[in-house]
Amino acid sequence: MPDKYHIKTRPVPPRRPRIGRCGVVDWREDCAGCHNCVKRACVFDRYREEAAYIRDLREMDALFFQCMGCFSCVQQCTKGLLSLALNPVYERLGNGYWTPQMIETTWTQAETARIPVSGAGYRGPFSGPGFDSMWTDMSEIVRPTRDGIHGREYISTAVDIGRKPSLLQFESNKLEGRLPPLVDIPIPMVIDMMPQGYRLPNLPPIFKVVAAQTGTIAIVDFNDWDLLGNDLEQYLPGLAAYIGPSAALPAAALLRKMRLVEIGDGAGLEQRIAELKAINPAIVVAVRIDLDAHGFERSIELAGKPYIEALHLVADINGNELNAGSPRFVKDMLRQIHTSLVQRGIRNEVTLIVSGGVALAEHMAKQIICGADLVSVNLPLLIALECTLCRQCNDGKACRAGIGEIDTDYGVGRMTNLIAAWHDQLIEVMGAMGIRDVRRLRGEAGRALFFEEIEEATFGKLFGARRNG
Amino acid sequence: MANSLVQEEMAEQDLPQSTLETLVPQVEVRRVIKPAPPRYRNEIAKYIIRRSDACKLCGKCAEVCPQGVHVLKGGYKYFAAPRQNVCIGPACKDSGHYCVDLCPNGALKMVENPMMKVLGDHRWTSDLILATWKMAETGAPPSPEYGYQYECGNSGGGFDRLRFRFPAVPPVDLSPDEIDTSLELNRRGDGRPQIKIDVPWYGGGMSFGSVSNVTQLSKAQAAVAFNTFTCTGEGGYMERLRPYDEHTITQVATGLFGVREETIQRVRIVEFKYAQGAKPGLGGHLLADKVTPAVAKMRETVTGISLFSPFPFHSVYSIEDHKKHMDWIKHINRHALVSAKVSTPADVDMVAVGSYSAGAHIVHMDGGYGGTGAAPDIAKKNIAMPIEYAIVKVHDFLTREGVRDKITLIVSGGLRSAHDIAKAIALGADGVVVGTGELVALGCVRCARCESGRGCPRGIATTDPDLQGQFNVEWGSQRVINLYNAWRIELVDILRRLGMRSVSELRGRTDLLMHLDYGNDAEQAQ
Repeated sequence: MPDKYHIKTRPVPPRRPRIGRCGVVDWREDCAGCHNCVKRACVFDRYREEAAYIRDLREMDALFFQCMGCFSCVQQCTKGLLSLALNPVYERLGNGYWTPQMIETTWTQAETARIPVSGAGYRGPFSGPGFDSMWTDMSEIVRPTRDGIHGREYISTAVDIGRKPSLLQFESNKLEGRLPPLVDIPIPMVIDMMPQGYRLPNLPPIFKVVAAQTGTIAIVDFNDWDLLGNDLEQYLPGLAAYIGPSAALPAAALLRKMRLVEIGDGAGLEQRIAELKAINPAIVVAVRIDLDAHGFERSIELAGKPYIEALHLVADINGNELNAGSPRFVKDMLRQIHTSLVQRGIRNEVTLIVSGGVALAEHMAKQIICGADLVSVNLPLLIALECTLCRQCNDGKACRAGIGEIDTDYGVGRMTNLIAAWHDQLIEVMGAMGIRDVRRLRGEAGRALFFEEIEEATFGKLFGARRNG
Repeated sequence: MANSLVQEEMAEQDLPQSTLETLVPQVEVRRVIKPAPPRYRNEIAKYIIRRSDACKLCGKCAEVCPQGVHVLKGGYKYFAAPRQNVCIGPACKDSGHYCVDLCPNGALKMVENPMMKVLGDHRWTSDLILATWKMAETGAPPSPEYGYQYECGNSGGGFDRLRFRFPAVPPVDLSPDEIDTSLELNRRGDGRPQIKIDVPWYGGGMSFGSVSNVTQLSKAQAAVAFNTFTCTGEGGYMERLRPYDEHTITQVATGLFGVREETIQRVRIVEFKYAQGAKPGLGGHLLADKVTPAVAKMRETVTGISLFSPFPFHSVYSIEDHKKHMDWIKHINRHALVSAKVSTPADVDMVAVGSYSAGAHIVHMDGGYGGTGAAPDIAKKNIAMPIEYAIVKVHDFLTREGVRDKITLIVSGGLRSAHDIAKAIALGADGVVVGTGELVALGCVRCARCESGRGCPRGIATTDPDLQGQFNVEWGSQRVINLYNAWRIELVDILRRLGMRSVSELRGRTDLLMHLDYGNDAEQAQ
């Protein structure tokens, strides 16, 4: 049996009090002292845990704890003194795009490395903006192309980054020239640089270890390279330097040990790539492109150039088009780019890494269905460290979650757990789709249902034109 | 009565001695509607009355309130806890007995219960939960005075944006007694029994293991009372369900847990579970904590070890394989109808027509937003299509293929009320399967903790001996019977307003629906 890709995980409890969705408000007055206290009967033992916690109280937030919201105590208290309330701290988590549920589930995954499982049916809106306007599809009894999933361990999530020529050329039965290099990673995800405002100096050394443990690659701004610390040698295959459009190239000794390097888009790309290749012919060069008003044309233009191996398309943290008044969402821009490359017959030649808006494991799968070869992830890894997206750090203030002071063990453990949980979830949805290789999932829009299309095909047909677009 | 008929037929069929020995007399449950009050001391109410210190205990409020919210028991000086859940809220203002205005000391205040923000979710709003509780308590739709918005949820799509276009005056004047809600389940004309159920729905599969004995039996009793069915789910055929054989569907799922020849032979409907809407393509998973000694015995497995049902049936990779499965069951039980429970992938229309060709009597489609005792969140939200789309797609396809009237199309996956049921039928289904609604009737608050530790803290979806003792079968079955009755009343009312004598007339009448997000113009008007 070949080696299986497996991420080692361990429970990494949070450093700070948990922030749950709801908590029990207790007025305490008028308590009958009936000795039948429902608090003692809490199925989840929350009151006892909470009392224990409050004894070594660190923060008042602890009062809003991990109530499971079952209403049992509320409904059984002899005097009806208890009441359940939404935790206002919970409600303030995140921003419009990063919902409190996303943040909570990220924390749970970072702690346990497990796939979030719950009972009862789906509780959310029918559909929504962004990635919520699509569903993945699954295969049942009559789809002839299905692979048949006999075991999740046979699903491959490995991807190759690099240029894949459509044709091989031979000269007197010998392959002419060299095949372009490929970087093979076991999960369709690389770790991206933190967005501006979130670049804490203690993160890069953690990314370095996480990348090594999970087999992926962390992209680190070469300006921050010194933060990575000494003794880099063993980590270099898991690190990719990002070099700005006009920045000087790293030392040749360093480049020779890296598998991937990323450069900013700008003039003289061909020249710059040639310089890098001259130093290390085995290195793969990705070009970072902003998904703004010119993102589409620029991607298509570059993808057609023979010297381009991989494009890293970057939307903003919420998955929106950059610098746009009414921005398009990354998945829609990506579908357009992907489809256009397919029509030009060059989609397979270039690798697309896509950034922005990927907040949950499902988004990784959906982004790939929309045409990405792999995604790059940054904020979820920060949230794994108990970031609440309060954005205080954006203004240069101290991090409220104390992420500046975390130890490496904690940071590595939480991020690794999250990546492992995402990997497992990707396998779940791929299993349902009947797809055994994530490379086959790319652009496989046939394994997805898009809200606009299916609404039109169903209700549009019955009820006429849709209002408000 | 169908009850005895099948017993006779089974005997004629010369069942093996081993099966005959397991047959027991069937229970009868009368369809009696009587109050089944909430089982918790403090029922959650939409509006709450607060009493301040200004109260002089004059008793005026108790005197004026026709609902009996304020309780001043004889011999007691102080008021007992108010019965908030019978308070009709602001609708009371103009009734002449609004306690807040009539209190001589201005001691009372009415506010919307702040807990409404915590209870419920987009699909099951707090109003929908409270209204379902009220129906389960009284057996009738909640009085409009309560102001519950329970005809749909707040998910912003699908059923929640569909409305009926009721004519201003019903085209035909019908009394409720003239309206037929029954549903034929066998349309194949293949000589197998013409099973008819009194209401166009039956209870969803919930295995012993995922829910308690009491829950299963409560559902079974209601199924008998309404001459419909309940389903064993995958966990095997419980001893206690034997007196309900006539109204039980046994499930053959991919794990084949507890499936035996005798369990196939004793029932009138056998259901193949290919997939479950909440987690299609993933199979089943009973978490280790729920595998108690009793569950393990039933499923012939080991206590405390998680149980997986694989996906798919590894013996079924084509419609021909599917037919082979059907034939196997049909051979073992010559009188059973066979149902294929499938989820809703993009090619669900092909699945449905394939099931028809393989010989199924019922195609049961379970949509993506269906219930579950435990499923990965990523699956519940993301895999396969919501049932609303699938109904239209499959109904149209089967009609075009000319086989629509040869198969019964049953749908499930997020149907919460009589209005959802009616909408599903108007979109093209024959009938529906309900599950979560029954659990809400039993006191579920949809906290989604069915899977954690010992299971449901409300004692519904658990096999923990302490937890499942929270209510008994008498109360539980009354709650489900009441809910069914209330739904039936509502369904009959919808049909009456549309001037239809039978629920079968409603099938596929999309012209009677409108969608709030669409123009609803053009051919609709015709």
